[in-house]
Amino acid sequence: MKTQNQRAWFFVLPVLILVAFNALVPLMTVVNYSVQETFGDNLFFWHGLGWFEDVLRSERFHAALGRQILFTATILIIEVPLGVAIALTMPRKGFWVPVCLVLMSLPLLIPWNVVGAMWNIFTLPDIGLLGYFLNTVLGIDYNMTQSPVAAWVTVIVMDVWHWTSLVVLLAYAGLISIPEAYYQAAKIDAASNWAIFRYIQLPKMKRVLTIAILLRFMDSFNIYTEPFVLTGGGPGNSTTFLSIDLVKVALGQFDLGPAAAMSLIYFAFTLLVSWLFYTIMTKDEQ
Amino acid sequence: MRPRSLVPILYILFLMLPIYWLVAMSFKTTNEILGGFSLFPQEWTLDNYRTIFTDPTWYWGYFNSIFYVSLNTVISLLAALPAAYAFSRYSFMGDKHLFFWLLTNRMAPVAVFALPFFQLYSAVGLFDTHLAVALAHCLFNIPLAVWILEGFMSGIPRELDESAFVDGYSFPRFFTTIFVPTIKAGIGVTAFFLFMFSWVELLLAKTLTAVHAKPIAAVMTRTASSAGYELGLLAAAGVLTIIPGAIVIYFVRNYIAKGFALGRV
Repeated sequence: MKTQNQRAWFFVLPVLILVAFNALVPLMTVVNYSVQETFGDNLFFWHGLGWFEDVLRSERFHAALGRQILFTATILIIEVPLGVAIALTMPRKGFWVPVCLVLMSLPLLIPWNVVGAMWNIFTLPDIGLLGYFLNTVLGIDYNMTQSPVAAWVTVIVMDVWHWTSLVVLLAYAGLISIPEAYYQAAKIDAASNWAIFRYIQLPKMKRVLTIAILLRFMDSFNIYTEPFVLTGGGPGNSTTFLSIDLVKVALGQFDLGPAAAMSLIYFAFTLLVSWLFYTIMTKDEQ
Repeated sequence: MRPRSLVPILYILFLMLPIYWLVAMSFKTTNEILGGFSLFPQEWTLDNYRTIFTDPTWYWGYFNSIFYVSLNTVISLLAALPAAYAFSRYSFMGDKHLFFWLLTNRMAPVAVFALPFFQLYSAVGLFDTHLAVALAHCLFNIPLAVWILEGFMSGIPRELDESAFVDGYSFPRFFTTIFVPTIKAGIGVTAFFLFMFSWVELLLAKTLTAVHAKPIAAVMTRTASSAGYELGLLAAAGVLTIIPGAIVIYFVRNYIAKGFALGRV
């Protein structure tokens, strides 16, 4: 059992101060904007909850939220099983382990706008490797700047390329923490591969997979830089996800009130989903 | 070779293709890039790299990025170590709420905070300093550090602390000479993730800097738009941003595998 000790607060104080400085002040600024109307010149008027009503009713917000949910759901459905499958087939010891780990972590350490630029160069229709291959060798008409479907597929493939390794690393860490004795016991019982996966490996990976899914959910829901560099939210609005739309409203049109209301609704939504997921997944631990 | 090892091999091939293309581009001349498709550079050129290494705005971009990322890693670790210890060893009033509140800060869309951050750091006079970016990145890095370290620390039996105190160690001495070395691997893994998330973030780093602390990724964006279609230069700069990450992974490669195994994962 943990010891009761109120002095532990002194230990968390530096963290509390640093995070509160970065979180509370900007959050209060956003809350402040969200209830006021401005006509420039630093003149602000009380606007109550008007912006919230506007945003919740606006079709533009619904569309962006819909695209965002579709995107996040798609990448989670692809990345989590794929990551687990790769982790299961990776070597457990020997020379190839560090080789695999280093090569697989590489996409995680590339700045996000470089990822966008890299995929842009990769998919250029005439001179990019993928674009050339699809258009000229396979004869598929592929042009991201014109076809929303091509843009969507590219953004999703880019995200899979970029982030599946995070799931792999975490799942792999869960797998190698399983003692050899468990596998020997399974062998004695003549357990099938499926049974080993279902009753030994999956339960052991539950905690890391919770972390992986939460991280992927939060980060993909906030995705901005990569699709912005790759498609600029287009063609049309087809890849304008929530953050891109938000920045367009806040910095492009300088509508601070609606942008602030929108970001609070957005934040609350992320918070709610993460909290629900976290509570359900850790229910058995208590 | 067993057929199952095909899965990781194919995956790694898929990962390497766009990277290969970036590297190949960086050695091509602009004429060759725009002239048509070629799988390998026909005439190898180092001009793109030469431009970067001789132009101060370019290479200072790298120093700026490395500087604020290292600063952030150190600050986050120093703050998170005692906090993670408190969460793993003690129960105190509001501990669970505090922990969840910390995590919520990772969920805040960074795009939301760009403008308020600019105002905040201008108000306290830190705008366009490395410290500003390093502190701002604490928003998502400290919660992550506390989260990972707490897992590692909970994997260390409490008897270690108790026997050290019985032996007459003071808390600071126990913490620095016994506890920290014990979770070395965990600190390595945490540092890796801190470096990673600070190195790859651009939106805040770009918002909080103008000239003196401008990160390399922001230099790239500006060059890409002002110099038109210099894809070769862009590719070379991109290749150079991958290298620090690759070096960091190489150093922590054993910690990643071993480190995670120690933690309460």
